Amino acid sequence: MRNRKIRGLVILVVLLVTAYYFLPMVVPNLPSFWTTKRLILGLDLQGGTQIQLEVDTSILPEDEKEDAIKTAYEIIRNRIDQFGVAEPLIQRVANENRIIIQLPGLKDPSRAKDLIGQTAMLEFKFLASSEQMQETYETMDKFLQENIQNYEFLEEFTDVEETEEVIDVLETEEDIEDESYDNAMIFTDLTTSKDGNPLKIDYKHIAKLKNLLKDSQFLQNIPTGLQIALGKSDKNDPYSARDIYILHKKVEIDGKSLENAITRVGQGYTAKDKGPYILLEFKKSGAKKFKNITGQNIGERLAIMLDNIVFIAPTIESRIPDGQARITGNFTIEECHDLVIMLNAGSLPAPVNIIEERTVGPTLGSDSIKAGILAAIIGMAIVILFMMIYYGFSGLFADIALVVNVAFIIAVMTMLEGTLTMPGIAGMILTIGMAVDANVIIFERIRENIRAGKTIRSAVDSGFNRAMVTILDANITTLITALVLYQFGTGPIKGFAVTLSIGIVGSMFASIILVKAIFDGFVTNSAKDKLSI
Amino acid sequence: MKFFGKTKIDFIGKRRIAFVISLVIILAGIVSLVINKGPKYSIDFTGGVAMELDLTPVKDGAQIVKVQDIRDALTNAGIQDAEIQEIKGSEGKQFILIKTQVVGGMKDKTSTKVIEIIKKEFPDNVNPETLIRLQEEVGPKIGEELKGKAILAIFWALLGIILYIWWRFEFTFGLTAVAALFHDILITIGIFSILGIEISLSIVAALLTIVGYSLNDTIVVFDRIREDLKLYRKEPYGSVINHSINETLSRTIITSLTTFVVVLSLYLFGGSVIHDFAFAILVGVIVGTYSSIFVASPLMVEHFNKREKKLGTRSKKR
Repeated sequence: MRNRKIRGLVILVVLLVTAYYFLPMVVPNLPSFWTTKRLILGLDLQGGTQIQLEVDTSILPEDEKEDAIKTAYEIIRNRIDQFGVAEPLIQRVANENRIIIQLPGLKDPSRAKDLIGQTAMLEFKFLASSEQMQETYETMDKFLQENIQNYEFLEEFTDVEETEEVIDVLETEEDIEDESYDNAMIFTDLTTSKDGNPLKIDYKHIAKLKNLLKDSQFLQNIPTGLQIALGKSDKNDPYSARDIYILHKKVEIDGKSLENAITRVGQGYTAKDKGPYILLEFKKSGAKKFKNITGQNIGERLAIMLDNIVFIAPTIESRIPDGQARITGNFTIEECHDLVIMLNAGSLPAPVNIIEERTVGPTLGSDSIKAGILAAIIGMAIVILFMMIYYGFSGLFADIALVVNVAFIIAVMTMLEGTLTMPGIAGMILTIGMAVDANVIIFERIRENIRAGKTIRSAVDSGFNRAMVTILDANITTLITALVLYQFGTGPIKGFAVTLSIGIVGSMFASIILVKAIFDGFVTNSAKDKLSI
Repeated sequence: MKFFGKTKIDFIGKRRIAFVISLVIILAGIVSLVINKGPKYSIDFTGGVAMELDLTPVKDGAQIVKVQDIRDALTNAGIQDAEIQEIKGSEGKQFILIKTQVVGGMKDKTSTKVIEIIKKEFPDNVNPETLIRLQEEVGPKIGEELKGKAILAIFWALLGIILYIWWRFEFTFGLTAVAALFHDILITIGIFSILGIEISLSIVAALLTIVGYSLNDTIVVFDRIREDLKLYRKEPYGSVINHSINETLSRTIITSLTTFVVVLSLYLFGGSVIHDFAFAILVGVIVGTYSSIFVASPLMVEHFNKREKKLGTRSKKR
């Protein structure tokens, strides 16, 4: 008798807790004392982006690595906070140089990727003189001509005919007559746009240039003290040709001198004065340096670079005393906004690489939810009907257990503030199918016992007792695989493992304790010689 | 209502036939795996880019985009060998599936590039709010890691199961159960290879679920075998085990049926994301049910008979 009281209490508590956390899902206006927790939808259901970053600490000394990762984490968090996404989640993968970023509701991740993935290293460097540029071009053309076998991707530039016009533009007549320059213009051709503009590279060739700029042999042959860099791409016209710059390696001023960056929108009429631009304000020391440099190099071109991309390279017209510099150009307002965020958050202590990116758009997310709910309702309806038809009244008990179990899964997920993902819904649906298993095992046992001539009372009792061992063994093994799944899984898979595990525990509770209680009440309170099973 | 009364089907007597059927299906799968040089892994494991884009015409008079046009546009921009596929969505929506390798490095953001190209080449079909349905880019390093993790997961799951069954039953029960699981996984992977379905992260999850499900099924039968072996000490092993299978048959079929029905509902109505996952489990439910009756239990008979030859305590029919 005491056992029954305890059991009744347990059932009551579980049902109340389940109701407490489940109801918000179906009843919209609950009194204020009710839980404020709600089931959180995963990125795959509500839409959004997940990005995994790796901080590349390979170039840093051992004792600086840990700090670099922490700083990178802080800076990236800063950038995202400024970016303005609702409820971002930024997490460092424990003991690894990785950071996982979740941005719910993002429809296009490209901006976020730019914002997160850039080192944001600001540098001011002088452009090379025209003699130095000429020398660089000649050297690189010659180098590529001699080593063309190592650069198969440049094959298309070895054709002389097409390049004649280009040669006219860049070279004097003596050079053309010079036999050694016969068809040795590979680099020049690569960096000349198809409408004949030198120092411009067509969109389709950019990847080739990037390859060259990664090649150590190519880099070694660039005349000492100089470097080759790409100009910024135009967000308004991403396919346009991009500028090529040849500049001095020496950094005149870097991001450490920066006090603040601000987005401004120019009101002028010329292309240069119109549209958004970035205003850089130097610290005192930086301003002084800037004043000296500009004063001493009037007439030179000073390039402003971010992560080795030249944003602008204006000619210095006069000494600039106020410690301010402008980056103008074909910016979109978003681009300006993002660059300012990066400049103000500071540069990362080490480069980061995006190693994984997963985005689900809002339409696919809502499609998934609808489809998942539809599949769950249809599956559940069939199982409920089947159980009622096949097991009669007892089937109805099992159905009650099934409904309680589904509510239980959702309630526990809500309570633990877990995230419901599409695989999670799949896990729940699978549980609907498997949850009745425990009851099927019990009912089949009871049927067997009745066939063997036992009384209803003892058929029910021994049926439950014997079946319990089987149910425990069967469910614990399933639980083992669910736990392994949880351990190994990333995001969505974890969601699946969680709902499956909760479902298993819930179904054991529902079938062994709840259904038994209903049976006990039913068997003791009604005609004892008949059981609808 | 009742599908089965007391059945007396001779499952054990037909076990050799079942073994041959299993072997043939497994061999077919292995042949397909050999021909295709292993399973077809998704970008989760190989690294790469996968996207699903909504290219339903948004402007009046805009044309439906042809797969070949997309291929040309991508090739022109230096993205070669993309796998492009059209999916018809509901209400005349046109979705395009694009799969490609990571071009350059992860730094070059292949997926962003694809989006830029599509936006430029097919402006009449792009609504920037809904264009991206799915966009995934996985670096090769992550792919390798996930592969390692997946293999480890399956290993740990199987080890855990053997240990648990060993503790609850006997070591051979555990081994046999795991043999049946291998049987199920091999057949499922084989069928996937024959049908050309990719093995993704969620398929590995499905495989582990199949492991859990099939095992559940096997344990219920084993549990009855354990009970019956104590009950009928004089009977030959074959007939005891056959008796156990028959006793649990009705439960086996009903549970498989309810599970099958819900997973079928998931497969038919659950949407594109979960489609392959549901299919894997659908296959797994059938194979798992089959294997607990026709593989796991008969293997126990083989084992007991072999032990019997050495010890000789029961009558030796079958």
